[in-house]
Amino acid sequence: MEHFIDAYTWINIRFLLAGLLVTLQVSVLAIIFSFIIGGILGIIRYVKIPVLSSVIGFLIDVIRNLPLILIIFFTYFGLPNIGIRFNIFWSAVAAMTVFQSAMLAEVIRGGIVAVPKGQMEAARSTGLTYIQAMRLIILPQALKKMIPAIVAQFISLVKDTSLATVIVLPDLTYSARIIYSQDSNAVLPMFFMMTLLYFLICFCLSRLSISLDHRLS
Amino acid sequence: MFQILNDYSSQLFEGFQITLLSSLIALVFSLILGVLLAIFQISGKKSLAIIANIYVEFFRNIPLLVVAMFFYVVVPLYGLPLSGFVSGTLGLILYTAAFIADTVRTGILAVPNGQMEAARSTGLTFIEAMRHVVLPQAFKIVIPPLGNQFISLIKNSSILALVAGFDLMYQGDIIASETFNVFDTYLLIGLIYLVLTLPMSYLMRYLEKRWATN
Repeated sequence: MEHFIDAYTWINIRFLLAGLLVTLQVSVLAIIFSFIIGGILGIIRYVKIPVLSSVIGFLIDVIRNLPLILIIFFTYFGLPNIGIRFNIFWSAVAAMTVFQSAMLAEVIRGGIVAVPKGQMEAARSTGLTYIQAMRLIILPQALKKMIPAIVAQFISLVKDTSLATVIVLPDLTYSARIIYSQDSNAVLPMFFMMTLLYFLICFCLSRLSISLDHRLS
Repeated sequence: MFQILNDYSSQLFEGFQITLLSSLIALVFSLILGVLLAIFQISGKKSLAIIANIYVEFFRNIPLLVVAMFFYVVVPLYGLPLSGFVSGTLGLILYTAAFIADTVRTGILAVPNGQMEAARSTGLTFIEAMRHVVLPQAFKIVIPPLGNQFISLIKNSSILALVAGFDLMYQGDIIASETFNVFDTYLLIGLIYLVLTLPMSYLMRYLEKRWATN
């Protein structure tokens, strides 16, 4: 028990928090990029452009059905073979973005589908063009419906970023490992603190998602 | 790519078997644990519901890697050395059970309350009513989402690669480092995963549509 408290020196805590910051940076950047890319893909899927929509649909299915670790490895180790090179941080962001864009595309398409058809018809009959109706009437309503699902995706992002330790991203999991690999007395305390930090962030986000769900519906 | 498939077929097949074995073991046990948790949550007994809720909230909100690493790194320090396969699979079971509990609970709650009341009024106990009346009806509702959980399990079993579990992903890493042809190796590994997951994902989508209209 004595060792347990001893492991929480200011240096160790600060190191863990720096790792947490990297975890959050990767997650926030990835959710922003995947919202934009997933949004475009989701809309293309929804409007059913011949060929293009089905090709994108298939690609989304492929990415959704691959292990994320594989995508991370591929981005960091595989892409340099064909001349595309990212550093560790941007490899992690790119891999997360590819995976989450596929997830969010389905969320966003589902959100648009959930808006009653009459909304589009009514908007068109007032003289709005298809794009205006989409932008001003349909998308704002769809966005409201999908906010809880987007928060849920953000939670998986925070958790999944831990997988980027395989390419030595200095995130929370990796920082904890650096500390406990130097001192076996620190293993349990570091696991405890790492788990607590992940849990606190994800739990608060999931509460937020539930309360948003109640307030918006 | 075919060259790699040819040269390393036995290693790839071994990895494929481990991935499948780990996913199946994890499916069976997380299903048992998940259904138990779901029944605890809706049993009406406060203490059971609280335990199950804490479990579900805890494992839903931490990364799978942390759970697997706990068994691989922490548990051996206290005198119980676990292999990569065992720690990875244990991690998968505990983690997935939380998600299965949610799926099953939603399924059970979707069965109208009157079914349980009617079954109870005929003299069945809570457990009998659950087993003969409510669960069979919930089954159809939960099969597609459970199938999707199994797909996630197959994908998540790649966590074994991080705890030296000799699964498909792990073999892929070894082959990539031996051949230096990283691009083709991972492409091949990805294709093997897709052979498992993609048809199942389409099947679940089909079942979801079919049973939803009935």
